[in-house]
Amino acid sequence: MRYAMAIDTKKCVGCSDCVVACQTENNIPIGYSRDWITETVEGTYPGLHLQIRSERCNHCEDTPCVRTCPTGASHVIEGGIVKVTPEECIGCGSCIEACPYDARYVHPEGWVDKCTFCDHRINNGQDPACVSVCPTTCMYFGDLDDPNSEVSRITAVRRIKVLAAEAGTKPQIFYLV
Amino acid sequence: MKEELIISGRMNPHIDPVMNIWHWSIPLYLFLGGLAAGLLFFAAYQTIMGKDKKFLTSVRIGPIVAFGAIVIGLMALLYDLHHPLYFWQLYTTIRLDSPMSWGAWTLMLIMPLNMIWIFSYLKDIYPVHKCKLGFIRKIAAWIITTNDTKPEQDWDWKHKIIRDFEKYIVKDRKPLAWAMAILAIVLGVYTGILLSAFNARPLWNTAILGPLFLTSGLSTGAALLMIMTKDHFERISYSKIDILLVIIELFFITHWFMGYQAGSEIKVHTVSYFLGGEFTVTFWVNVIILGLTIPLILEVMELMKFKIPVIVPGLLIIWGGLAFRFIMVDAGQVIRYLY
Ligand code: SF4
Ligand code: SF4
Repeated sequence: MRYAMAIDTKKCVGCSDCVVACQTENNIPIGYSRDWITETVEGTYPGLHLQIRSERCNHCEDTPCVRTCPTGASHVIEGGIVKVTPEECIGCGSCIEACPYDARYVHPEGWVDKCTFCDHRINNGQDPACVSVCPTTCMYFGDLDDPNSEVSRITAVRRIKVLAAEAGTKPQIFYLV
Repeated sequence: MKEELIISGRMNPHIDPVMNIWHWSIPLYLFLGGLAAGLLFFAAYQTIMGKDKKFLTSVRIGPIVAFGAIVIGLMALLYDLHHPLYFWQLYTTIRLDSPMSWGAWTLMLIMPLNMIWIFSYLKDIYPVHKCKLGFIRKIAAWIITTNDTKPEQDWDWKHKIIRDFEKYIVKDRKPLAWAMAILAIVLGVYTGILLSAFNARPLWNTAILGPLFLTSGLSTGAALLMIMTKDHFERISYSKIDILLVIIELFFITHWFMGYQAGSEIKVHTVSYFLGGEFTVTFWVNVIILGLTIPLILEVMELMKFKIPVIVPGLLIIWGGLAFRFIMVDAGQVIRYLY
């Protein structure tokens, strides 16, 4: 099993519903967020190209955050989801420095927090909160090992890119461009 | 020209707008770790070479200062942890892939060795008859016996087991020295690897950081010994060692920048922060000029029999080592992959 997400940059309007849904679902402390919207504008006027992306932990295949964790608090669970055990985390910040996407933060209680792909929802057969609220349905979630899952089907036909591939972490969030 | 404007809606504390998870305590810890590695290495090296009678400050006083540095460094590290009550989790597992884990375990091994080392020289360092503080003598009386009639060897351990252990160590110091030398090198290299293991931070992600931080740690150690010793021969020896180490350091830095300039886009971008960009002045003034070049010139002048107060090049080198670590940790967090 290999959970992954595909996000359609052509459909995303940057409404931040996914951000709010995550904050509500996962009880994120005020001022923090596990997912966020990035807008990039490329080129010189008038040849401008705008891209809007919903970003979060990429649940990388090659996880530098897990590798550099001295206690094993950062770990990978079934399906390739990267999680943190608060009771094992000493808050040293290694994993935060190790993530090329700055996808982690220190929870006010001292341990490190990040996107969990809403594994508590997946276990109930639901989609992650961000995916389920998107008004433009621009996000696809599922198992890459299953050729019939939504994410496998859409990444098979559309052109995809991953962020900062050169950092070498094999991200599992695919942007449809 | 192709331009790109990136706007992110994320505002996580200490992560945005620039990463600032590690502030002053980590560079301080790296500096003190490097300094301790230097001091312990020289103590061990002089012993292995059989020169422990000549380099008295190195073998007797150096390790005491090193121990203090390690303790303060560890406190700084602990202070930096956001979940410090759980720090013991570091010692429930050994993770070979994690430099933090390596460091925690290296310190765990080096501290007892360091203590044994200091213990084995205690009698030489502290003649009790000189001690004016009555209460210390009283406390000490729990574990030692004094004999004021023999000034050169005026006290001994009360318990036979301690005396036997001491005899055993003092009889042949070389095995302890070898273990210490190896661990000191591991500690010195580790202070660099802690940073270089992060592929997410382009400034840190280079193998040269290990040897570079080791060299820098050794040179701050040599500089401190140079300041502390009262013996002319010992001072000149460390002055010479320091000249060599500073030259190696300058070579490593040149090599490192050249490698980056010939590297991929992100590396060229990274090194531009030091060759014209944000960190150019801080780095060149504090590290290259004040911390390496000027002390190098002063020490060469001293060898040529000019009168130079040793404290000047010594402190400059220590300043350079400290500034180097602060700039590296700071800049490393500012420079990131753009996507
Ligand atoms: S995006 Fe960052 S936190 Fe998530 S798995 Fe990759 S390296 Fe780890
Ligand atoms: S902050 Fe916590 S999860 Fe991150 S590396 Fe340190 S111990 Fe591991």
